[in-house]
Amino acid sequence: MTPRRKRLLAVLGILAGVGAAAALAMLAFEDNLLYFYNPSQVLAGDAPDGRTFRIGGMVTAGSLQRTDGTLEVRFVVTDYRNSVPVRYEGLLPDLFREGQGVIAHGRMGEGGEFVADEVLAKHDENYMPPEVAESLHEPQPARVAE
Amino acid sequence: MIPELGHFALILALLLSMAQSAFSFGGAARGSAAWMAAGRSAVVGQFVFVAVAFGALAWSFVERDFSVLYVASNSHSELPLFYRIAAVWGAHEGSLLLWSLILAGWTLAVTGASRSLDAPFRSRVLGFLGLISIGFELFMLATSNPFARLMPAAAEGLDLNPLLQDFALAVHPPILYFGYVGFAVAFAFACATLLEGRLDAAWARWTRPWTLTAWLFLTIGIALGSWWAYYELGWGGWWFWDPVENASFMPWLAGTALIHSLAVTEKRGLFKSWTLLLAISAFSLSLLGTFLVRSGVLISVHAFATDPARGIFILAFLTVVIGGALLMYAWRAPRLKSVAGFEATSRESFVLFNNAFLVAALSLILLGTLYPLFMDALKLGKVSVGPPYFNLVFLVPMLPLLALLGVGMHAAWKRGLLGTLRKRLYAIAGASVAVSIIVGAAAYGAVRPMTTIGFALAIWVMLSALLVPLARLRGRQPLPAATLGMVIAHFGVGLATLGITGVESFKVEKDFALGIGDAASIAGYDFRFAALRDVRGPNYVGVEADVVVSRGGEPVTMLKPQKRRYNSGGNPLSEAGIEVGATRDLFAALGDELGQGRWSLRLQYKPLIRYIWLGAILVALGGLVAALDRRYRLRATAVARHGTVSAAP
Repeated sequence: MTPRRKRLLAVLGILAGVGAAAALAMLAFEDNLLYFYNPSQVLAGDAPDGRTFRIGGMVTAGSLQRTDGTLEVRFVVTDYRNSVPVRYEGLLPDLFREGQGVIAHGRMGEGGEFVADEVLAKHDENYMPPEVAESLHEPQPARVAE
Repeated sequence: MIPELGHFALILALLLSMAQSAFSFGGAARGSAAWMAAGRSAVVGQFVFVAVAFGALAWSFVERDFSVLYVASNSHSELPLFYRIAAVWGAHEGSLLLWSLILAGWTLAVTGASRSLDAPFRSRVLGFLGLISIGFELFMLATSNPFARLMPAAAEGLDLNPLLQDFALAVHPPILYFGYVGFAVAFAFACATLLEGRLDAAWARWTRPWTLTAWLFLTIGIALGSWWAYYELGWGGWWFWDPVENASFMPWLAGTALIHSLAVTEKRGLFKSWTLLLAISAFSLSLLGTFLVRSGVLISVHAFATDPARGIFILAFLTVVIGGALLMYAWRAPRLKSVAGFEATSRESFVLFNNAFLVAALSLILLGTLYPLFMDALKLGKVSVGPPYFNLVFLVPMLPLLALLGVGMHAAWKRGLLGTLRKRLYAIAGASVAVSIIVGAAAYGAVRPMTTIGFALAIWVMLSALLVPLARLRGRQPLPAATLGMVIAHFGVGLATLGITGVESFKVEKDFALGIGDAASIAGYDFRFAALRDVRGPNYVGVEADVVVSRGGEPVTMLKPQKRRYNSGGNPLSEAGIEVGATRDLFAALGDELGQGRWSLRLQYKPLIRYIWLGAILVALGGLVAALDRRYRLRATAVARHGTVSAAP
């Protein structure tokens, strides 16, 4: 094999490798995009059936219910216009509270109930998840300082 | 009064960094030794005044001056002294000030250690470092003044986020910033080189210890963040592919590629322009990381909307720094030709593969991190990219990287592999696969493809690293510190791979509802919820559980997870109870009271997880040993003689 031919083969090999990697990455990318919806969008049918997504809003005050003595909790997520009930089994994060913002990851179950496999609250305790803040239909109460 | 002095000192620091840049560039262009000396004096002045400003802010925190808005927002009268000081960098404004202080410190160190360099080149390096200082100080003064007053003063502070009231997280930002900012040195060197349009081996040799030092701090900073997330967030995970984590990991990947590429540039005069591009990338990603994390853009691009001045400044600054450097690169890099060839199995090729895989992983992580921001900014919907994407795009390049790493360490410069070594490497490879299957089957009762590959690669890298000093000692060859550092760091990579494979293959995480006296079992360990009591700390109250762990009736340990509520108000905070072990961690986090006297508990079994951080520590230690190699100091004096000649007016 001439050096030139060798180099050509090497370049072709690298191109094929890069192409395969890019195709793989794109597939993985598509599969792992998680969309975010608020309760109004979910009720309007925007959210996909049978695929996981994230739902966010405020936890309606007084809506948190535990099945006594078990890990099962139910609460209602609202954007002040529409509400979706959520069911979750497991430890709630430290920052979870009624009347505060929340994001739940999961899929729609039967009877219009969202079955969460993960409930998220971010690090900062003043912090309202931005998707939530923007998706609410009511102005936020102003916070003291930053 | 003190805060005003701090503010004034910051303004003086800005003026001095302008002088630093102007005199350094001007002096280098005119060949004026006096101007260049003035530039160096400005470096010292700038450092002093940034330090005064930082001291003033720290003083305001220590003295609980709640008439300073930033202090009132991030401190509390009951906050212990250590955390009052750590609170200085607890939020946006203070972290920028810390950034500036560290940059001023690095600049001062470069000034002190660069006497041996060609004088105009040295001046240009300081000029570019000055430009970065100007950017940061201007940003602070124009949009994020840490000394802004609160009128009337607050009676009580809002407190430092309780999650940040922790040792690892208190020291995490300064260490991380040390790394981020350290890449500014390599960046300034790259820019000065491009400006002059020539690059010699001395350049690469001089930059190597600086880049290694920055990189090793970044390594420790990332490991600390991972460790903190593990025990403090109460989730028990060690890496989440959270954008905040990615922001620090991307400069690390670029920096890792850079330290390898620099080695080739120094030893063989190859990859010159590629090395410069990596130096620019590493610092650009550091800047991006700093701003993404601290400005709130990462949380939402609309954070810009609430404070447009900050957003516009950041975008403009990033454009000037990154765009300017890349323009200079496009203009000058073609001049820097590498003239030498190398064989397919020479060390140069292996470094090339290392760089290709690291940069591939880096680009795909960058895509996944920034994509949601673009989607949001273009109003195309709110999305996030899930961890499975990152796992895949990181794993796919890393597997061949680790496989080649074991060979690359033994490859000679320029020439191909030696025959005898080839046999030994085959033996090690065979042994690695065999040990991996045996360990998987004996210790965990499972032989799974990915686990076997992971363990085999880990053992392969570790054994192959150990072969380097053994072969050298047997052949009575010297073992320079740079080589020893490489061995330690690569051994650490293998150890971390071992930990990652172990924990990701065999971890058990489960939530339980337990009453006092109840027990649950995971991974062969029985966890009994034995007791619950009240506890009281300096600024919090809470409850603490006794979780007695036993295995086959034999007591193992007692975990004491806590649930705290800080007196300053806010949400409760979980403190996990963890038993550290050589083969596994046992982990219990206390959740909420569930009624009927039961509590929720998260129990976890994490095999080999310690080796992830131990590996990271070895990687950093390897960097330190290599950075201290005498060669860097000896040759520097040789350059000095050359340098003084050309510096003479």
